[in-house]
Amino acid sequence: MKNINEIQMYQQRFESQKPQCGFGLLGICCRNCALGPCRISPFEEGAQLGVCGANADTITARNFLRMVAAGASAHSDHGRAVAETFIKVAKGEAPGYEIKDEYKLLKLAFEMGIKIDGLKKEEIALQVGEKCLAEFGKQEGSLILTKRAPLKRQKIWTALNIVPRGIDREIVEALHRTHMGTDQDYLNLMLHASRCALGDGWGGSMIATELQDIMFGTPVPVRGRVNFGVLKENCVNIIVHGHEPLLSEMIVLAAEDPQLVQMAKDKGAEEINIGGICCTANEILMRHGIPIIGNFLNQEMAITTGAVEIMAVDVQCIMQSLPLVASCFHTKIITTSEKAKITGAIHISFTEENAFEKAKEIVKMAIENFANRKKSDISIPEQEMDLVAGFSHETISYILGGMFRASYKPLNDNIINGRIRGVAGVVGCNNCKVVQDSVHLKLVKKLIENDVLVLQTGCSAIACAKEGLLDSIRGLDFCGKGLREVCEAVGIPPVIHMGSCVDNSRILVAATALVKEGGLGDDISDLPAAGAAPEWMSEKAISIGQYFVASGVFTIFGVTWPTLGSENLTRYLFNEIENQLGGKWAFESDGEKIAQLMIKHIDEKRKKLGIDRARERILFDMEMRRQL
Amino acid sequence: MSKIIAASAIRGANKIVNMAEAEWKNAMDQFGSNQEVCFPETAYFLPVIYGILGIPVKKLGDMERIFNICKRLLPEIPAQHCHLPYLGPVLDAGMATLFAEEMHEAIQYLMHPDLYFSDEEPPEGKIWLGAANDIILRKRGIEFVDGTAPGFAAIVGAAPEQEIAARIAQELQERNLYVFMCASKNEDRFALQLQKAGMQLGWPVRLVPFGPEIYEAVFALGFAVRAAMSFGGIEPGDYRKILIYNKDRIFAFVLALGEVSEEWYATAAGAINFGFPTIADTPIPQILPTGICTYEHVVSNIHHSQIVTKAVEVRGLKVTVAKIPIPVPFGPAFEGERVRKEELYVEAGGGKTLAIELTTTLPLNEVEDGKTEVIGPDLDEIPEGSNIPLATLVEVAGREMQDEFEPILERYIHDYVNYINGVMHIGQRDIVWLRISKKAKEKGFRLKHLGTVIHAKYHEVFGNILDKVQVKIYTQEDKVQQLHSKAKVIWKQRDERLAGITDEEVDVFYSCTLCQSFAPSHVCIVTPERTGLCGAFSWLDCRASHRINPQGPNQPVKKENLIDDKFGQWEGCNNFVNKASRGAIEKVSIYSIMVDPMTTCGCCECVAVVLPLCNGLMTVNREYKGDTPCGMKFTTLAGTIGGGKQTPGFLGHSKFNICQKKFMAAEGGIKRLVWIPKMLKEEIKERFIKRAEEIGIPDLLDRIADETVGITEEEILIFLQQKKHPALEMEPIM
Repeated sequence: MKNINEIQMYQQRFESQKPQCGFGLLGICCRNCALGPCRISPFEEGAQLGVCGANADTITARNFLRMVAAGASAHSDHGRAVAETFIKVAKGEAPGYEIKDEYKLLKLAFEMGIKIDGLKKEEIALQVGEKCLAEFGKQEGSLILTKRAPLKRQKIWTALNIVPRGIDREIVEALHRTHMGTDQDYLNLMLHASRCALGDGWGGSMIATELQDIMFGTPVPVRGRVNFGVLKENCVNIIVHGHEPLLSEMIVLAAEDPQLVQMAKDKGAEEINIGGICCTANEILMRHGIPIIGNFLNQEMAITTGAVEIMAVDVQCIMQSLPLVASCFHTKIITTSEKAKITGAIHISFTEENAFEKAKEIVKMAIENFANRKKSDISIPEQEMDLVAGFSHETISYILGGMFRASYKPLNDNIINGRIRGVAGVVGCNNCKVVQDSVHLKLVKKLIENDVLVLQTGCSAIACAKEGLLDSIRGLDFCGKGLREVCEAVGIPPVIHMGSCVDNSRILVAATALVKEGGLGDDISDLPAAGAAPEWMSEKAISIGQYFVASGVFTIFGVTWPTLGSENLTRYLFNEIENQLGGKWAFESDGEKIAQLMIKHIDEKRKKLGIDRARERILFDMEMRRQL
Repeated sequence: MSKIIAASAIRGANKIVNMAEAEWKNAMDQFGSNQEVCFPETAYFLPVIYGILGIPVKKLGDMERIFNICKRLLPEIPAQHCHLPYLGPVLDAGMATLFAEEMHEAIQYLMHPDLYFSDEEPPEGKIWLGAANDIILRKRGIEFVDGTAPGFAAIVGAAPEQEIAARIAQELQERNLYVFMCASKNEDRFALQLQKAGMQLGWPVRLVPFGPEIYEAVFALGFAVRAAMSFGGIEPGDYRKILIYNKDRIFAFVLALGEVSEEWYATAAGAINFGFPTIADTPIPQILPTGICTYEHVVSNIHHSQIVTKAVEVRGLKVTVAKIPIPVPFGPAFEGERVRKEELYVEAGGGKTLAIELTTTLPLNEVEDGKTEVIGPDLDEIPEGSNIPLATLVEVAGREMQDEFEPILERYIHDYVNYINGVMHIGQRDIVWLRISKKAKEKGFRLKHLGTVIHAKYHEVFGNILDKVQVKIYTQEDKVQQLHSKAKVIWKQRDERLAGITDEEVDVFYSCTLCQSFAPSHVCIVTPERTGLCGAFSWLDCRASHRINPQGPNQPVKKENLIDDKFGQWEGCNNFVNKASRGAIEKVSIYSIMVDPMTTCGCCECVAVVLPLCNGLMTVNREYKGDTPCGMKFTTLAGTIGGGKQTPGFLGHSKFNICQKKFMAAEGGIKRLVWIPKMLKEEIKERFIKRAEEIGIPDLLDRIADETVGITEEEILIFLQQKKHPALEMEPIM
C-alpha cells in the first residue's frame, strides 16, 4: 500500500499546474488542425490571426461551441442510456427496473401524441421510450419537448431558426462547423451554440429526467443527511459516484437484499451504508433519501477516511486519481460504464440485463473488503447536516396546494406581492481555483437574505446542504422576512433542491409553470429570475448556461470565463445576445457581487412587470366577481 | 409559525377521522352496510364528498371507501427538526376532515333523527337546523347569484358576551352576509347567545344555527359545494373547479371565536381549500402569505369590535352598502325578519285596515327631492297595538323616467321596506301588510323613515332614470281611501298594457344572463308571453332593466329570420344564445320542451317533465317536497338540469308562465299538463281557469292529476282516462 503523504491530491496537482496557460484561459488557442497549434496574442503586438486566418473571435467562438457540444453530449448520452434502459424495462428485459410512476408515463405519452387507448403500461412505455430514443437521431422538425416552452419563447427560437431538430444532429453539426475552415463567423457559430444547447436542456437532459422519474419514481419531499459524518465506522460503506441513477438505484436495491445484509452482519458490520458523491448522489437522495457524502471536490477526501470499502463510479466528473488515492487504503474503485474506464480501477461491466446481479456482486465485494480495513487509517470527520430534498416540478405544485388545489399560484402570488423578490437558479460544480463551496454559500446566503427563492441542482445544492441552507428550520435563519414568511407557510427551506445536473431541465419546466400560472409576463425572460454557476468547471456547465440564456435567463458564471480573448464575442454574450434571446451571460467571481447582479436584474424585471411597488389590496364587489 | 397550525390541524384531522370511523363501525354493527344514509331532502348526497370526489354516499357501506381515501390523505405530523413541506399535506388533511365530518353528520341523522330541525327557522324550543335542504339552497342561492348576499361567515365558538355576539351578528347582517353558526366555547354557543339576546334565528334573517359542535361547520362547506354544482353547473368530482368557483365567487370566511382546538384547525384547513380564510379573536399563529385564499389564510388576535371589518378585508370583499340615515339597521339580511304579535307596535293592512302603495311619475318641477311628508299621525302619536290605515305614495320625476318603469319601481317598495330591521312587509298595491316592532319604535323609527329608505334606495338603484323622489305617507282613513280610488285606475291601465302585449307584436325579445355568474352557459330569452323561469322578470321588466342599465344582463334579442314558427326558433335568437353562452348552446326553441329547449338555471320556480306513458307533461314547483310521477323530486330535477344545460324533455319555467299563451306551445300548451302538485294548482287556479276557458276546456284543471291521485305514471293514467284528459287524444309527444 502506498502512503497517502506520498501522492498528490487535487490541491497539490493544481499547484503543480501553475501558472496555467494564459492563452487557454482566454480561449484563444486553437489546435483544431495541424497547421497549428495557433494562438492569438491578447496584446496589440503579436499574432492576431491563426495560420488559416482565423481571428480571436472565430477561435474563441469555436472553442466555446465545442464546450457546449461536449457538455450537451454528456447530458444527452446520459439521456440516451436512460432511454435505452427504459425500452428494455418496457420489454421486460431489465430485471430489477420497473415503471414506478404510471401517471407521469401517461402524461408524457399524451404530450408525445401517443394513443394509449387499450394499451398496457408496458406497451405505452415501449412507445414512449422509442419515441424518446428517436429524438436523438431525428433529422428534421423540432424536438417534441421544446413545445413545453412558453409560446412566445418558441416563436423567438423559430424566428432565429434555432429550434433543435435532433439532439445528436446539433452536436455533430457543432463539430462540423468548428472543423478547420468551416464556420468562421462568430455570431453564426453562437446561434448554433444556442441550438445545440437547447437540444440538451429541452432534449437530452429533459428526456433523462422524465424517463428516470417514470422508472425510479418522481421525487417527493424527502429528508436526507449530508457531509462526511454520514460515513459510519461500524458499517460497510459503499460510495456511488458519477451521474446516472441506473447504477446507483440498483446498488441501493442490492444493499437491501436480506442475504447480503446478513452477510455484512456476519462480517461484523452493523449494516450496509450507501453514500453518494456528485449527481448520482443527488439522484438517490431525491428518490430515497440516501445520504450524501459530498460534492465534486470531496471525492478523493472521501477515500482518505479509510472507511470506504468500495467506490463505484459510472460517468462524468470522476477524477482519474481515484485509484491512486485508493491504493493508499483498502478501498476498491469500480468502474461500471463501458464509456468510462480508468486505468488501475476494477471494471465490472454494467448492463440493463445484468444490472441487479452486478450490483449485488459489487455489494458483496464491499462486504468482503470490510475485513481489510486498517483501524489506524480510519478517520471520519464528524460533520453532518440535515436537509430536505425531492422537489420535482410536480411536487412543488402539490406542496403549494395539496391534492385538490395543486398549482404554482401561491408562488406567483407571493412573487407578485413582493414577499418573494424573485427566483434564482444556482447550480454547477466545484472549482479548485476558489475555496470549495465558498462562492456558492456567499451567493446563496445573500440571495435568500434578500428574499430571493433559490432553486438548486448538482454540486451547488450539496454545497448549500452542508451549510444547513436546505434544512427547513436552519435555513430560515438566513432568510429575509418575506421569504421566511412564505417558507414558514409552506414548510419549505429557502433553498430548493431539484436534483442532479440533468435535472436542470426541471428548472426550465418550473420556470415555464411560473409563466403559465399567470401574472409574471408571458415568457421566461419576463420572470424576475436569474441563474448562476459560481464555481463551474465542466463543459456541461457551459451547455447548461447556454440553454438557460437561450431560454431567456440572465446567467452569471464565476471563477473564470472562456471567451475573454475575444472582445467581440464576449460583448455579444454579455450584451447583444439579450436582444435576440432575452437572456444573456455575465462573469463575476465574487459571490456577493454575483448576488447583487442577480438582484438588480430581478428588480428590473419586477419593474417591467409593474410589481416593483406594493399594490393596494383589491376588494371585489359583485360586478368584479362576475368578471373572475 | 404556521408549523404549529399544521401540526395541530393534522392531529385534529386524525382525531376527527378516527372518531367518525369508530362511529361508523358502530353504526355498521347496528344497521348493516345496506342502511341508507342521507342529509335531508337533497339530490347531492353528502355534498362535500359528492362534489369533491364525485362519489355518491348512499349507504353506510359506501363510507368504507371514503374512510380509505381519508386515511390516504392524512399526512404525517411535521417533524420537530427538519420537517418536510406541510402546506399541501395540511390542506389534504383539512379535506379528509371535512369528509369525516360529513360522514359523522350522516350517522348523526341516522342515530338521532330529531337532533336537527330541517326547515328555514327553528321552532319554539329548538335551535339547530342542520344541513340546508335543496329548497333552501335554491331559494338562498339565488341571493348569491344576484349579489344580495356576497357570501357567508362561518362562526365557530362563541363571543365573550351575548351583547358582543349580537353586535357581530348584526354587523354581518348589515353587510348582507349569511351567518352560519356551530361549535362552542366554554359550553357557550354563538347561536344560543343570539337567541338569548332576543334575535330571530333562521335562514330568512340570515342567521343560521347549524349545530352545536365544530363538525357542523361542514354544512357551510356543503352549502358552498352545492352552490358550485347547482348554480355553476360544475360536475360532481370536478373538485378543482368547485374549489376555485368558491374562491372566486362565494366570499365566505371563518370567524373563530374562542380558543382554537385541534379540531377547529383541521376544519379551518378544510375551509382554506375553498379559499375561505380564518379570522380569530385569539392570539394563534398567523399565515399571511397569499395563494390558496385571495389574501391572508389565517389572521389572529383581532378585537371583536374590528373582527367583521377585518374579516371582510382579509377575504377581499367589497360590500357596497349605502348608509341610510334611519335609526335602525338596514339590509337584505333583515328581509325575512318577522314581527310577532307580542313584539308588535303598530300594524297596517293585513285585512284589518286598508294599506296601499303607489309609485307614480310627476313632472320634474312638481317633485321636491328628498321630501317626506307624513300626513296624519306618526308612530309617536299612535298608541301601541293600533291597526292603522296606511298609504305610501311615491312620486318620482326624471328625464329618463317612463310610465312603464312605474310598476317595477313600485314593486321594489316591498323589498326596501322589508330590509328595515324591525319592519315586516308583505304584499303590494292594495294588499300591503306592514308591521313595525316595539324595538324599532324605541330606537326612534318613525313612518317618515319609510320615505327616507325609499328615497335612498330609488336613487341608488334607479339613479340613471330618475332625478327626484318624494314620498307621502298617509295615515288618515279618508286620505287613504281617496288615494286608493285613484290608484285603482292606474293599476287597471297597467294591467291592460301588460296583458295586451303578445310575442307577435314585438320585434325584440330580451335576454337575461343575470345567472351566468353562477351558471355560465345559461341564457334566458324572455318574451311578452314567456316570463323568465325564475318568475322575477317579465318582458317589460327586462326592457325597463335594459333601459335603466344598457350594459346589464338584459339585452335586446332581435326576433329576426324565423326558422320555425311552431317551436319558436329564430336565427336572431340562436345567434344571440350561441354568442352569449360562448358557443355552449347553438339553437334554442322558445316554445318547446322537446326540441332545443331553453337552458335551465338553478333559479327556476318549476320544472316541467315529459311523461311518455301519459302522452303529456307534468310540472312541479320548488315548494313541493314529495315524489312526482317522473320518479324524481324537484330537488333532483333541478340538480340534474340546472346549471345552464339544455335537456330535451325537461324545462324550467315560472309559475306565471303556465297560464301564458306560449307555455310550451309547440307541444300543445296547458292541454298537455297531466299532473300538477295540489298546492300549485291552488296557487294558479284563477288564472288557469281563465286560460282553460280560452282554449275551450273550462274544467281542465279538474282533469289534471295531483299527488292525491298518484305519484306514478301508471296511477295517474287511470285517472286521466276516467277524466278523458285531452292529452291522451293528442299526437304522440315523443
